[in-house]
Amino acid sequence: MKAAARKTVFLALGATLAALAGASFDRSRRLREPVVLGPGVQEVRPLSSYFSKLKGTANDANVYLLEGAEAGGAVLVLGGSHPEEPATRLTAWILAEQGEVDRGRLFVVPSANRSATTVTRPSGAYPATFSIKTPWGERVFRMGDRWSNPLDQWPDPEVYIHYPSRQNLAYVDIRNLNRCWPGRPNGTLTEKTAFALAELIRREKIDLVIDLHEAELQYPVISTIVAHQKGQDLAAMASMMLSGDEFKIGVENSPPALRGLSHREIGDHTQAIPLLFETPEPFLDATRGRTDARLLLEGKDDFVVRAGRHGLLFEKIDEKGWPIDVRVGRHCSTLLTVLDVWSGDNPARAVSLRGIPRYAEVVAKGTGAFLRDPSKPGPGGVAFE
Amino acid sequence: MIVAILYYLLVAYVSGLMVWNIWKSRKGQEEALYVIVLIPFLLRLLRLK
Repeated sequence: MKAAARKTVFLALGATLAALAGASFDRSRRLREPVVLGPGVQEVRPLSSYFSKLKGTANDANVYLLEGAEAGGAVLVLGGSHPEEPATRLTAWILAEQGEVDRGRLFVVPSANRSATTVTRPSGAYPATFSIKTPWGERVFRMGDRWSNPLDQWPDPEVYIHYPSRQNLAYVDIRNLNRCWPGRPNGTLTEKTAFALAELIRREKIDLVIDLHEAELQYPVISTIVAHQKGQDLAAMASMMLSGDEFKIGVENSPPALRGLSHREIGDHTQAIPLLFETPEPFLDATRGRTDARLLLEGKDDFVVRAGRHGLLFEKIDEKGWPIDVRVGRHCSTLLTVLDVWSGDNPARAVSLRGIPRYAEVVAKGTGAFLRDPSKPGPGGVAFE
Repeated sequence: MIVAILYYLLVAYVSGLMVWNIWKSRKGQEEALYVIVLIPFLLRLLRLK
């Protein structure tokens, strides 16, 4: 073959591969995820209504407001701070599609870092999407990553200097929403997102911020509630009630020297009490095997089990794994218990929520049983993430 | 924003260099390697990944 013809063939092959890969990336980036507005949702407003510089950006997230007839307190639930932790977004979906508030106000953000839902980890071989089976079919969700999409915020610096503490953090964490609190109005997209959420917390006089997360089993902060010192009693009481009645969950104190995290900075910079919930997600463990949607949803992995036998894990795992229903159920029950304890201790700022399943019900029926059919929306209609 | 634009210009420049190298190379193996390396640069330049 002549040299010119060979080069042309190589370039054409490269262009074809780039086009196929690009189409796949673009398709998952633009996938529309419906949220069927449940009977409790009064309003869906953009996050930019609290900070106009987010308008038109990837992180102008939806804020779902559920308001009770009686006055009370205000709670903000964040899903998708790290979208590669899918139980967090699914729990937020259940809140928006099933929740009804009798007293107080509940703000739900299923995609706190929306940009990070549009990308997966380079070289991680992550699935682009995953599906949840429901009684009426399947709901498809974007997989997402821990960090904002580099298409929305790039390049990264050599060292990320956190604002306002000036603590030096890993360079990539400048795109990690849970290292950018309390945010900066003239900062990067991720810092602006944290600032907008902090503005929401201040303006809406939020009492409690619940930041939902999942963690690898090799990470010591797992199956726990991480609490700012303002919320230690609340977290301890919720932990005792849950550990006695439903499942074991611990309490960790938010380290004062570790900056940028929601459980530290929201407590230091706003009036709210921040709590961060962690469930186990074997998909995130470094020693995992094949990284696919099955592992994401079933949480079963022989390599992680073997790591447990060698004493390398901070949470138990067996052949049953950590299925998504167990993780979503834990988040639902932890939230409901925290609200019960908070409302009991603060009757004037109580928040009363119903319609949300507890742990045993989610495990028995599956997460999909609590997702509504977007082809049959109620009077509230459908919003898209 | 200015830094991001400079980085996109850098990506375009390196992509151009690789196409030039493909054209100048006399070895098929090298040309294939340049094409493989070029793909992520193209995806970033086209804002696909």
